[in-house]
Amino acid sequence: MANRMIVPFGPQHPVLPEPIHLDLVLEDDKVVDAIPSLGFVHRGLEKLGEKKDFFEMTYVAERICGICSFIHGLGYCQAIEAVMNIEVPARARYLRTFWSELSRVHSHLLWLGLMADAAGFESLFMHSWRVREKIVNLIDETAGGRVIFGSCKIGGTRRDIEPETLKRIARDLDEIETSIREITAIFEDDYSLKHRLEGVGVVSKEDAHKLGAVGPVLRASGISQDTRSLGYAAYGELEWEPVVETAGDCQARSVVRAREIYQSLNLMRQCIQKMPDGPVDVKVTGLPNGEYFSRLEQPRGEVVYYVKANGSKFLDRFRVRTPTFANIAPLLHMLKGCEFADVALIVLTIDPCISCAER
Amino acid sequence: MSFLKKSPWILHYDGTSCNGCDIEVLACLTPMYDVERFGIVNVGNPKHADILLITGSVNEQNTPVVKNLYRQMPEPKAVVAIGICATSGGIFQDCYNVKGGIDKVIPVDVYVPGCAARPEAIIDGVVKALGILEEKAKALKEAAHRQPVEVEESSHD
Repeated sequence: MANRMIVPFGPQHPVLPEPIHLDLVLEDDKVVDAIPSLGFVHRGLEKLGEKKDFFEMTYVAERICGICSFIHGLGYCQAIEAVMNIEVPARARYLRTFWSELSRVHSHLLWLGLMADAAGFESLFMHSWRVREKIVNLIDETAGGRVIFGSCKIGGTRRDIEPETLKRIARDLDEIETSIREITAIFEDDYSLKHRLEGVGVVSKEDAHKLGAVGPVLRASGISQDTRSLGYAAYGELEWEPVVETAGDCQARSVVRAREIYQSLNLMRQCIQKMPDGPVDVKVTGLPNGEYFSRLEQPRGEVVYYVKANGSKFLDRFRVRTPTFANIAPLLHMLKGCEFADVALIVLTIDPCISCAER
Repeated sequence: MSFLKKSPWILHYDGTSCNGCDIEVLACLTPMYDVERFGIVNVGNPKHADILLITGSVNEQNTPVVKNLYRQMPEPKAVVAIGICATSGGIFQDCYNVKGGIDKVIPVDVYVPGCAARPEAIIDGVVKALGILEEKAKALKEAAHRQPVEVEESSHD
């Protein structure tokens, strides 16, 4: 019988910008079990809902995660708006969609870079991040910050984008798309990358469904499920199709994300084209009373917000189920039976956002 | 200081950060800002590092990790707290699992403000830390001249 031993992975590990700890049970070079231990980034921000008033909580919600900050703020605002029966103006809905997709492109480019780095392809990492800076510049220009948008508020958005700026951005997007094509072509066709990614960390369609995978992990296993099809914000009025791959391995998850970048660019163009005129916010009066579940699609998958308000300034309960949390069970499934050298790669393919998962 | 005498190597650890500052630290290393042209490299091993960059505040779970990383770094070393969370806890100050800034557990030399701290600010913080690093190196050398080598153990272990 092969020797069994336990190798600790993390919390501080060069491949991960964030702390996660896994105890890997090895038999020679094969991983037979993986035991996660979490809590390095736990702050307890759900409890802040009882200490900060419901307007201020928007800023806290945006800081659940710095990478998908806009969509976190949007999810919280949508939940409160549903509780208070606020009708958001059409222009604000389009602006929200525009910023959501902008943050999805930035998140996916960031991930493609980290993925290339984990596979040992450092020049591709640098190129992905070079192109990502162009997207971050657009965020900086339209929202006022490179990382935290601060643009979503209860009742609409805090800022408007000038029509001329939008027209210019539409032209910029074409240019950016050309540079992104060069990068994603490598992810889809490069021999060395394929060699490293194909057939690694496979999760079948049934397993993905049974283990509750969400987002690109689920779609890479052949299940066409995307929360944007609920039609929140302006998604119901735009034309798009979920991106689906069937192989369920690391390569499929990379390709899903690469193709989603084009989908997002396309959605942003549609937003610019169809953007209606009018105000971007409505006045909010009164206090929330009631409860609501709000569901959105983040770059990493479906996120669920639960808000329970009691008619005062402070919330009774604020709860977030983030996509990384849902994807940890599929991750442990993928790790069983893989080779030790592939662990870092497989952990990365669920696009782990630990600060989301632990809040 | 007008030029870099040494190439400082950097160790990055994410405390309870929201990732915002972390991706900005990484952005410093990529083509747009590219600090690598000055010889500043991000390393994974604390024993190779001169400067420790910490984003986010400390909590019960990661306090021993932060202390351990700091202890393993060779003297002279400098610590840069990046973002408002690492400085004071920021928006999460009132959370039950947040102890506060990094200076609650290890000594901090430079504080970089911002939520999230911009890459320009992070680079500025690292440059300030370089000056401090040089002073510490000088002090170490002088101490070594005065008496047989007896490196001071950190009081924060």
